[in-house]
Amino acid sequence: MSVESLFPRLEALLPKVQKPIQYVGGELNSTVKDWDEATVRWALMYPDAYEVGLPNQGVQILYEILNEMPETLAERTYAVWPDLEALMRSEGLPQFTVDGHRPVRAFDVLGLSFATELGYTNMLTALDLAGIPLRADERGDDDPIVLAGGHAAFNPEPIADFLDAAVLGDGEQIAIAISEVIREWKSEGSPGGRNEVLMRLAGSGGVYVPKFYDVEYHADGRIKRVAPNRPGVPWRVNKHTVMDLDEWPYPKKPLVPLAETVHERFSVEIFRGCTRGCRFCQAGMITRPVRERSISTIGDMVEVGLKESGFSEVGLLSLSSADHSEIAEVAKGLADRYEGTQTGLSLPSTRVDAFNIDLANEFSRNGRRSGLTFAPEGGSERMRKVINKMVTEEDLIRTVTAAYGQGWRQVKLYFMCGLPTETDEDVLGIADLAKKVIKAGREVTGSRDIRCTVSIGGFVPKPHTPFQWAAQCDDETVDRRLHALKMALRGDREYGKAIGFRYHDGKPSIVEGLLSRGDRRVGAAILAVWADGGRFDGWSEHFSFERWLRCAAEAGIDVDWYTTREREEKEVLPWDHLDAGLDREWLWQDWQDAVNDVEVEDCRWTPCYDCGVCPTMGTEIQIGPTGKKLLPLTVV
Amino acid sequence: MRKDDSTLKPVPDGPPPAPVVQRLRVRYAKRGRLRFTSHRDISRAVERAVRRADVPVAFSAGFSPHPKISYAGAAPTGVASEAEYLEIGLTSPCDPERLRADLDGSLPPGLDVVDVVVARTGGLADRLECSAWELRLPGAETGLATVAVEKFLAADRVEVERMTKKGLRRFDARAAVLTLAVSEGTTRTAGQKPGPSCVILRMVVRHAVPAVRPDDVLTALRLVADFAPPVPPEVTRLAQGPLDESTGEPADPFDLDRDATRGGDPGSADHVVGDL
Ligand code: SF4
Repeated sequence: MSVESLFPRLEALLPKVQKPIQYVGGELNSTVKDWDEATVRWALMYPDAYEVGLPNQGVQILYEILNEMPETLAERTYAVWPDLEALMRSEGLPQFTVDGHRPVRAFDVLGLSFATELGYTNMLTALDLAGIPLRADERGDDDPIVLAGGHAAFNPEPIADFLDAAVLGDGEQIAIAISEVIREWKSEGSPGGRNEVLMRLAGSGGVYVPKFYDVEYHADGRIKRVAPNRPGVPWRVNKHTVMDLDEWPYPKKPLVPLAETVHERFSVEIFRGCTRGCRFCQAGMITRPVRERSISTIGDMVEVGLKESGFSEVGLLSLSSADHSEIAEVAKGLADRYEGTQTGLSLPSTRVDAFNIDLANEFSRNGRRSGLTFAPEGGSERMRKVINKMVTEEDLIRTVTAAYGQGWRQVKLYFMCGLPTETDEDVLGIADLAKKVIKAGREVTGSRDIRCTVSIGGFVPKPHTPFQWAAQCDDETVDRRLHALKMALRGDREYGKAIGFRYHDGKPSIVEGLLSRGDRRVGAAILAVWADGGRFDGWSEHFSFERWLRCAAEAGIDVDWYTTREREEKEVLPWDHLDAGLDREWLWQDWQDAVNDVEVEDCRWTPCYDCGVCPTMGTEIQIGPTGKKLLPLTVV
Repeated sequence: MRKDDSTLKPVPDGPPPAPVVQRLRVRYAKRGRLRFTSHRDISRAVERAVRRADVPVAFSAGFSPHPKISYAGAAPTGVASEAEYLEIGLTSPCDPERLRADLDGSLPPGLDVVDVVVARTGGLADRLECSAWELRLPGAETGLATVAVEKFLAADRVEVERMTKKGLRRFDARAAVLTLAVSEGTTRTAGQKPGPSCVILRMVVRHAVPAVRPDDVLTALRLVADFAPPVPPEVTRLAQGPLDESTGEPADPFDLDRDATRGGDPGSADHVVGDL
């Protein structure tokens, strides 16, 4: 069965939509493989607009790895904006890939990467436009296997009804393994239909197939138990961890979009995982242990990536990039190599305590200065102990003073509002901190021409973190505290004008909270919101809190019960059968430590505190230093 | 993960940027599906291609140096073109044909470099006096189109309205149109077999302020004769340049640069002229 390109039909619609270039594909380094020569065909979707989805590392990496497999092809698809969606519906044009413009329903797998839960409604739009039944149990053998990955897939229960499968953790090896299973099954003539291939995947223990598990509930609504409903399906599903990042130096050929996207740079992950132990940080918990990429591989990847893409900026990514054991050598080595080439370097994620000015200067040597951002997260010393963000006020002031002293004129400070045990005073403490920052800056520079920006958003308790049991702060309290903070900053005659204030109100956080810690029953609310027109929930101009509350109520979902209710130790959580490697008892102990202001050190530099990951994954922390240096590139 | 793209003003240091020793003028085409690129999309793509091709482009001074590439009158988003122009300032001299091939190889297919010359004269932008356009109108009727074109050409003025960046503007779409003719042909979608038959309008339009664009002429045809094609037209700029009075068509704007080269020393870098 050959599949025709939908492009001629799409092309007729493009003059009528905004930013048509996002739908045409043809990016540098994109691939369109021969349909008939492949056995296993993946459509990879980042369920947000192209401008957000294209730079996504996860999708780019899988796209490249899968296309390197001889019998596999992968194409990409993104969420279409409502203007094109309306035209596609009236013209009967299905969801398409941007590579070959093939209909998504013709693929074997639709792999969705969920960085956030706010993409769930966009998934439903894509399924519906593709002509794939929304509910997994209504799909037939001609429909793709709808597979979720990404951080949100660590609790896929709210979308369990719409998914055939989900995978936890790093995608590289499991994507190849899944491709192999499907290839084998197809080569045998697809025996047993989609149930059999799902059984083969589930049986491996590395792929979660929701419909093979039954959830029983107590009369009060709590979960009684989650159990496999057939033999051969494991009780727990494991996460995947790529242990040697040097063996997986992707992306090698970064996609270079024609349309403008949110990150216009070549990004290299310099390590995965983080053991700083910030209690609010789901990413840090579920990506353990720390695995560094070596300085040599980083250097090679930057060289190849820049050559292949022509980007003028390199981003060194990780959860806390300054923590790389050889970050100083990496920064200096790269700055030396690209001296005079107008190549910018950025460290998108830095911590106050790991930051030093030498590093910042190295990063700004080749022309641009970007990224003087610190995330104390909590406004008071006590609050920072609760969340285990071990930064003292002196640390912060010292670092910021040094930065201003070296000529930086602006710093950004990130905070969260609505953290467990938080009081109004904790949030108002942010205003004091910001004023002290400006005061110190003025003293060291002798100038009033310095600024600081406070950015703050609502905290959402996440699965697989010590705060998974916590009550989420209600949106009214969050909004009241944000308002009080704004008044405290604006009202200050001495410092107010030097401090910028940016915030997200508490309402989207409540919806994110519902979707983060929801169970299978929450799917009805998602479906209702989508049917009511809900799209692009991550975009404030599209997000409607009123719609979510109304539709959730109509679907019989008590939003408060899922969000602002504190859970007890023994309550079965919707994701307990999904194993991120973390020891549940350790998480509970850490939660108790949190409310008692007890801090925990980073296990990279102090003894293991038994979070459980290393023994579960049969591995250990993998960090340098390697002692190697980056040599100058030879000029051809 | 934190997103952070704050760009801050650095403290001045470092040597001044290398000076421009040669300017090359580039004619490029945007074809097929890449006609949906906007001008900003193209300038990002060109900057990346220049880096990929290792072109010794000059940078401006200052804290956020940008490559010295300037553009002349870009065709609107959605309109294909065989004749777009840009000029690159270089810090060391390059062979035009080699640069053409390198740049073309580094741009995505559909953004194609057609011709490159060394700038030997001033004001390329001033020389782009008019454009030749082709509009393919699938599903339109030739008879109706012919009547509309006759009426349009017979008129002295045809006022049209269009939303511009400065708001709704009203202007004459007739005077700038030097020639306008109707013929028949087939549609041609990017990379596809020739489609069904269609009406083709071919016109030469003088560059004016505000610019009279092909869609303004279509609006005018609707106003004078109720002529309205059923689907959006496929528009292509075929050429732009100085008006050749003998043919009524745009001439090659690079002719002057090529003439200036004749008899001179083509490799010489001591005499740098040209600015868009
Ligand atoms: S098991 Fe120990 S060493 Fe490994 S990540 Fe957890 S605390 Fe750190």
